[in-house]
Amino acid sequence: MDLLTPEFGLFFWTLIAFLAVFFILKKYAWKPILKALNERETGIADSIAAAEKVKAEMAEMKNENEQLMAKAREERSQMLKEARLEADRIINKAKDDTKAVADKMMSDATQQIEQQKMAALTDVKNQVGNLAVEVAEKVLRKQLSSADSQSEYAHALAGEIKLN
Amino acid sequence: MEVKRRFSLVVLIFVLFWSANPAIAQHEGEASHHEAVEHGHNEHGEAKEEKGFDASKVIFSHIADSHYWHLFDWNDHPVSLSLPVIIYHPEKGLEMFSASKFHHGHESYNGYHIESGIKEKIISEDGASIYDFSLTKNVISMFISVILLVVIMTNVGKKYKKNGSMKAPSGFQNALEPIIEFIRDEVAKPNLGNSYLRFMPLILTVFFFIWINNMLGLLPGGANFTGNIAVTGCLAVVSFVVMIFSANKHFWGHLFNPPGVPLGVKFLLVPIEIISLFIKPIALMIRLFANIMAGHIVILSVISMIFIFSGISVYVGAGFVPVSLAFSIFMFFLELLVAAIQAFIFANLTAVFIGQAIEDPHHHDETVKI
Repeated sequence: MDLLTPEFGLFFWTLIAFLAVFFILKKYAWKPILKALNERETGIADSIAAAEKVKAEMAEMKNENEQLMAKAREERSQMLKEARLEADRIINKAKDDTKAVADKMMSDATQQIEQQKMAALTDVKNQVGNLAVEVAEKVLRKQLSSADSQSEYAHALAGEIKLN
Repeated sequence: MEVKRRFSLVVLIFVLFWSANPAIAQHEGEASHHEAVEHGHNEHGEAKEEKGFDASKVIFSHIADSHYWHLFDWNDHPVSLSLPVIIYHPEKGLEMFSASKFHHGHESYNGYHIESGIKEKIISEDGASIYDFSLTKNVISMFISVILLVVIMTNVGKKYKKNGSMKAPSGFQNALEPIIEFIRDEVAKPNLGNSYLRFMPLILTVFFFIWINNMLGLLPGGANFTGNIAVTGCLAVVSFVVMIFSANKHFWGHLFNPPGVPLGVKFLLVPIEIISLFIKPIALMIRLFANIMAGHIVILSVISMIFIFSGISVYVGAGFVPVSLAFSIFMFFLELLVAAIQAFIFANLTAVFIGQAIEDPHHHDETVKI
């Protein structure tokens, strides 16, 4: 039973020491420690939230980028298609133009050739006419002397015409 | 396995050696008996007890508080530090002197003398009731632990202030942080709800104060501080006072006028409620006191067995050394665990009691386990 009766002195000192420890530690240990722990926890929570937000933003930006890219790609293919059409058109036009010019040149050339041919023919005709007249003249002149020499002469003249 | 085998071999050798020499054992026993009888003739019964090993005296002199810090005995003389005695006498006023003036209770000084039963008591020879504020072994041990606690905790606190909150903890901070977080998350938050931050300093102080004192008490030569009922009583009073002063209207209303109870039952219920209010701190006080004191007694008893058996024969005593050591090592580990567990339980129950006192009215149906 002796052990169960508390000593007043020890009670007194324990109370003083405990209260002193309590107030000292409250001010210099528990307050800063608990504050720091709380701050760290809220800090970590904030960081995670911020990271989450940034991630969402990134995803959104990526989405936007992809949309832009798709649009650009579409535009590019549109432009290419248009360019090809345009090129085709230009080439066709050029071809047509060239063909027209060539045709005109051809027709001009044929016409000219025709004309020159006609001129040449006319000239030939005229010369042949003249020659024929000349031959006829010479034949007529020689007819009076002899029949043999006459035909001989005619042959000679004919040979001359050939050579011309 | 190897160690176990060797250990049992040593035990076997001791036992065989003792049983092979019954003559020696017999002789030793007789010799000590002779001596004891001779002493008994010279100085009556007192000396007889001093010569033999008195386990209960050794154990209780350790368990109880003392005005000396006893280190060891040398040639039958105790080597100890004499601690300051402070006495308040209602007529003579405050007096302060060293306990060495009492010469280990053999002499009286200034009209006071030490009476040592299970406990040491300073008695005034004029019969006046005096107040003993002496800085006893327990008080000095407490001062040491208080200094340790303050130095460690304020240093850690400084580190938090210096490093800010977002730097990883280092050194002792690392050891303390999980404990503080454990107390906060497992003790304070579940019991105290939103107002946990208000009571955190108290709960942390209670926990660390009890823990460090429990641990220092386990050191060889350490004081049985937390196994003293005055100490646990003081701590229980502190948590009781905090509980009473933070209690809300709802708590008092339920205590003195339980709602929804017939008038006749109220006369029965209110006294029970009031008694249970006071039983809470008493339970706190007894639980810590009994646990720590029991641990000290068990360890000392196991060690004492060596000397009790060597009273029968030196060889029995020596043979019992390994057994006793193994037991006491086991008990030390258990007590290390108990030191933390009891500190935790005290802190937890303090939180539970305060939590009951500040409970919000709307969820009073929840049962709170004690």
